[in-house]
Amino acid sequence: MTLLNSYFGNFGGMYVPQILMPALYQLEEELVSSLKNPKFNIELSDLLNNYAGRPTPLTLCRNLTKGTNTRIYLKREDLLHGGAHKTNQVLGQALLAKKMKKNEIIAETGAGQHGVAAALSCALLNLKCRIYMGIKDIKRQKQNVFRMQLMGAKIIPVETGNGTLKDACNEALRDWSKNYANAHYMIGTAAGPHPYPTMVKEFQSIIGKETKSQILQQENCLPDAIIACVGGGSNAIGIFSSFMSDMSVDLIGVEPGGMGVHTEKHGAPLTHGDIGIFFGMKTKVMQTEEGQIKESWSISAGLDFPAVGPEHAWLNSIKRATYVSITDNEAICAFQNLSKLEGIIPALECSHALAYALKLMNNNPEKHQTLIVNISGRGDKDIETVKNFLKI
Amino acid sequence: MNRYQTLYKKLVPFKKGCFIPFVILGDPSIDISLKIVDVLIENGADGLELGIPFSDPLADGKIIQKANLRAFSSGINVVKCLTMLHKIRKKYKTIPIGILSYANLIFQFGINNFYLKCSNINIDSILIADLPIEESYKFRQCAEINNISQVFICPPDAQQDLIEKISMYSTGYIYLLSRSGVTGTDQDIIIPPLNLINQLKRLTNIPIIQGFGISHPKQIKKIILSGVSGVICGSVIIQLIEHYWFDKKKLMEKIKNLSKSLHQSTQIVK
Repeated sequence: MTLLNSYFGNFGGMYVPQILMPALYQLEEELVSSLKNPKFNIELSDLLNNYAGRPTPLTLCRNLTKGTNTRIYLKREDLLHGGAHKTNQVLGQALLAKKMKKNEIIAETGAGQHGVAAALSCALLNLKCRIYMGIKDIKRQKQNVFRMQLMGAKIIPVETGNGTLKDACNEALRDWSKNYANAHYMIGTAAGPHPYPTMVKEFQSIIGKETKSQILQQENCLPDAIIACVGGGSNAIGIFSSFMSDMSVDLIGVEPGGMGVHTEKHGAPLTHGDIGIFFGMKTKVMQTEEGQIKESWSISAGLDFPAVGPEHAWLNSIKRATYVSITDNEAICAFQNLSKLEGIIPALECSHALAYALKLMNNNPEKHQTLIVNISGRGDKDIETVKNFLKI
Repeated sequence: MNRYQTLYKKLVPFKKGCFIPFVILGDPSIDISLKIVDVLIENGADGLELGIPFSDPLADGKIIQKANLRAFSSGINVVKCLTMLHKIRKKYKTIPIGILSYANLIFQFGINNFYLKCSNINIDSILIADLPIEESYKFRQCAEINNISQVFICPPDAQQDLIEKISMYSTGYIYLLSRSGVTGTDQDIIIPPLNLINQLKRLTNIPIIQGFGISHPKQIKKIILSGVSGVICGSVIIQLIEHYWFDKKKLMEKIKNLSKSLHQSTQIVK
């Protein structure tokens, strides 16, 4: 029996080899007891404030919205230490690993942002770190690979499958099933078997809490919509968490439409997938009719994943959140606009969310609306990719 | 009495163990895969464990991962696997046949529909690598309705409550893991978890079959002497397919010799 509910409606669960179940129960038990422990919460808050640099600002766009009645705010997770929201939750997981007396961390990464966060938390807390990364991602995220190595992490290239995040996740799980006694698997997003989706949401909920208090302070009212990109879905669930019961606020998740959802070269399981069992959870998955998992596609390595966190699948099923998709082209265009007009280079992941906000604005420039976009990471890592895409 | 019980009863008086080979259906092609099954049975296989290829076999090591890919290249799918199983069952009526698969394939097929199809083919058991007991209720229900044995994996470090659950819910046989990790070929001596074997035996009289990493006769002798009912060997056989798939004659010769030797290692008189 789990201590917390392992399902969100029909989605979630713990679909892993039996051998991993004790490790999942141990993690859940440690999570529940630590969250009740004031010492743990003080330690985590101290790290978030004085090491990672929280709170991050909520920035009003000065130029992007000119000529319209839309106000776009950016939640600046790009300014967090490590360059992305990922740092929030790895600090929590690293503290839990230490409490469980596990001195090795296994992680996987796509864009490298979670890898960087895992590496920095391990360097800080003196944990051994090995990170699985698909060979395709190693090529497109060289800078982050070097950052991880500088911080002492071992990068293990994954050649199986398409050499992307999905394959890295499988390899990390295989490693964990051998080494769970001494190693903690630091999953990078609000996906995977219970308790990961709940735990990651808990640690990322800081984004939503800050955003709510900041927007009330700056606008004296709630926004019309919160918009965040969704790969696995951790930044989105983090910022959505404080607004779930505010029904006047639209929660909008943006999936990678890649080359177009009609081309099959996309990563949009929520809108173009079916319910399935993959990576330890029951959720929406990109799969063939007979249940083989398809390869996803996105120009953004961080969104290149064929499944999604189970809570998003549930929010979608009950229609509390809306999920849409944005193509590579549209994301690149938003990436350029934000860089040029506001002096902020966003990660390609959150460029998808921004692109959708711009769509809402441009479709109805007269409408008075306040939109918050979660800028979940900075775009330095993506400069080479964008350069190649634009053939500059 | 099901086929596993019949097999076990046949072997126990002679204090022998059973040899159950595992191969992936359709690896390296449907025809060769069927021929491999023939050779295995002709050369000592007491039962069969057959894998339905899955794109993301996370309980498997590199050798079986590659076998899945070879099978996909040959155009295999779930329906073709069921057709193959039907052919194998028609040919070998008494041998226990178990399926190993992953949850999503069965979920997409329709859980009851899948078990019903397997029942119609006279499949004996289904083991789902990424389905722990905790998530298995619906699957167990369908197994029971369709008279299929649901097999669960017992980890070597299982605690008392899990041992009790596995003894209660696993029917047909219990798949005892040699070690943690994924499938593969180990050169090390595998030490059977004696306490665990004894605990399981106190709670159930269904066969305990050990798998993972078993690749040479010395390991098998030690395992059988420790009191388990038999061994499942997969990667060591599949490695031969990986090396010789392009030379059918040589491949069959190699599989024949290996199968004989693995089978012989299980035939120990205490």
